[in-house]
Amino acid sequence: MTMKLSSPALRHAALALSLACASLTAAHAADSVKVGLLSTLSGPGAGLGIDIRDGFNLAIKHTGGKLGGLPAEVIIADDQQNPDMARQTAERMIKRDKVDFMTGIVFSNLMLAVGPPVFQSNTFYISANAGPSQYAGEQCNPYFFSASYQNDDMHEAVGKTVQDKGFKKVALLAPNYPAGKDAITGFKRAYKGEVVLETYTPLSQLDYGSELSKMRAAKPDAVYIFLPGGLGINFIKQFVGAGLSKDMVLFGPGFSADEDVIKAVGEPMLGMFNSSQWAHDLDNAANKKFVADFQKEYGRLPTLYAAQGYDAARLIDAAVRDTKGKLDNKATVRKALEAAKFDAVRGPFKFNTNHFPIQDYYLRVITKDAQGRITNRTLGTIFKAHADSYASACKMPS
Amino acid sequence: MILFLEQSLNGLQFGLMLFLLAAGLTLVFGIMDTINLAHGSLYMVGAYLTAAAAAASGSFLVGLGAGIVGTTVIGVLLEVSVLRRLYHRDHLSQVLGTFAILLMSNEVVRTIWGSQPILLNPPAALAGPVELLPGFTYPAFRLLIIGVGLAVAALLYVLVTRTRVGMQVRAGASNREMALAMGTDVRRLFTMVFGLGAALCAVAGGLLGPLLAVQVGMGESILILAFVVIVIGGIGSIRGALMGALLVGVVDTCGHTVVPMVLAQTLGAQAAATAGPAVASILIYVLMAAVLFWKPEGLFPAHG
Repeated sequence: MTMKLSSPALRHAALALSLACASLTAAHAADSVKVGLLSTLSGPGAGLGIDIRDGFNLAIKHTGGKLGGLPAEVIIADDQQNPDMARQTAERMIKRDKVDFMTGIVFSNLMLAVGPPVFQSNTFYISANAGPSQYAGEQCNPYFFSASYQNDDMHEAVGKTVQDKGFKKVALLAPNYPAGKDAITGFKRAYKGEVVLETYTPLSQLDYGSELSKMRAAKPDAVYIFLPGGLGINFIKQFVGAGLSKDMVLFGPGFSADEDVIKAVGEPMLGMFNSSQWAHDLDNAANKKFVADFQKEYGRLPTLYAAQGYDAARLIDAAVRDTKGKLDNKATVRKALEAAKFDAVRGPFKFNTNHFPIQDYYLRVITKDAQGRITNRTLGTIFKAHADSYASACKMPS
Repeated sequence: MILFLEQSLNGLQFGLMLFLLAAGLTLVFGIMDTINLAHGSLYMVGAYLTAAAAAASGSFLVGLGAGIVGTTVIGVLLEVSVLRRLYHRDHLSQVLGTFAILLMSNEVVRTIWGSQPILLNPPAALAGPVELLPGFTYPAFRLLIIGVGLAVAALLYVLVTRTRVGMQVRAGASNREMALAMGTDVRRLFTMVFGLGAALCAVAGGLLGPLLAVQVGMGESILILAFVVIVIGGIGSIRGALMGALLVGVVDTCGHTVVPMVLAQTLGAQAAATAGPAVASILIYVLMAAVLFWKPEGLFPAHG
């Protein structure tokens, strides 16, 4: 028995079905906001992803479980710090869960893997950490927004500090992956003195004995490291243990010197300088509330990752409110995101043409605070309203 | 010259710690013919217990002692309950079973202590450098590791060559069926060997914890190196484990210094920066391949 596909009954059924689907999707756009939070929640880098998640969730709690007035549904998944896993999970979030926004990735190599499918599906990605130079320059995309920073900037800020403080010979150390290379490039953009040693180590290397020996032989007066998470912990302990902290001043970007590293290293870290676009002692109302509530909710001081997760959620909240929940119109959502009308916990925040922030960078030092805790203290501002160096290479389609 | 000296000491230190792990692994593999992927987990548990006990008691030594005792108990319990059933299974079943234990122990540790690395600092007296020669300082804690490693190696030598138990261990590694036929109490011997392996893991974990981060999954990367060591040294042979470990330790450490230098001279600084670390990392595997090619049984095989 053959079915004639052009039978009227079937045509009517098909029409009815498509209308039902259309009304379903239209209803979805106004009913709730779905955010896919894909981050590193296991393995050595887990601390960073967990902080982003906790900061993001705290922001949702502060807005009463809503984003822009609509009920928020946050779908959380672990990328296991594996690019294939990350891409697969991102595709599942886009195709099966039909998320409106995506966020959460910590590591730049995962970001570069997840980017293409997300952008192709016209889903907005609000980065709560990864800010690869590729997406700031030639490969900039209307669907990518960085609520954190551009990878080079933190390093440029320290480079300027080291230059201004008059250090003449510097040793550099970073892991051998995109953000590591961005780090050294950024540092060298602002630092004009002599680089006596430049080393890239494998991301899996934990023992820096040979690198420290080479540093001792090269005799720099300052050392700049970019070693996120567990790598930084090991290096700093070994650096102090080798007695090099007496002869060389240690500098790092904010992520090598935040609460997670401090908690694992402790006293040996005192005196380390670092740069950050946020600090927990920043004096604005939004930040004070964020830091106090984060401590109450999670029992620890937030890191800059948590602050970025929080700001990412607030950005999405502002954009959804400005578009009055009409998330299907991608052009208006994009304009609302670009306007970034929200109170960031890091202070003044606005987007550059390449969707990366123009923001201040502060100099912090690790000291004991009034309660005897070892933590960061903000010393001053390095850059005011700093824009990244790749914006001119970005030809953002309108 | 100083660089060379420092690198040799680093290689020695790393090699001795690898030896502690490899010794337990090679005995289990040699005597019980069991591939134990959970060996790295015992190392991780040792580090965590040391950190927890050190934090609770305020003393690194107390922490280390508690870590060793605790890990040995856990190792013995693991052997009696789970591993015993894997001895007469084929290697694939053993790999799957012990891999499951590895994954489970990672999750258990994460549930108890969280995903972030935890604090374990060397005792304050050993946190700084010590002057060995005029102009040459070396971290005191690494010297302690070398000292403990050598002491443990000596103890193991005495145990294996001068005691009755050691004789049974050597017999079991050499020819298990014959040792059984000669009346060795196999079950107790196996449990003891496993417990000893766990204790060695705990010493390595507790000592390396202050140097490297104490975090979930720390056992995996060092486990791979331990397997490379026992393949190079010869399965079932403690002497092989020692020689293999020292070889791997020195080659790996010196490779990290020498290879970038050589590449910088021949191919330029940029190539040295990118290719150097990669080539240095694969040196030990090249070494293992070379040993397997010329001496498939390893450098000091236990079986005749």
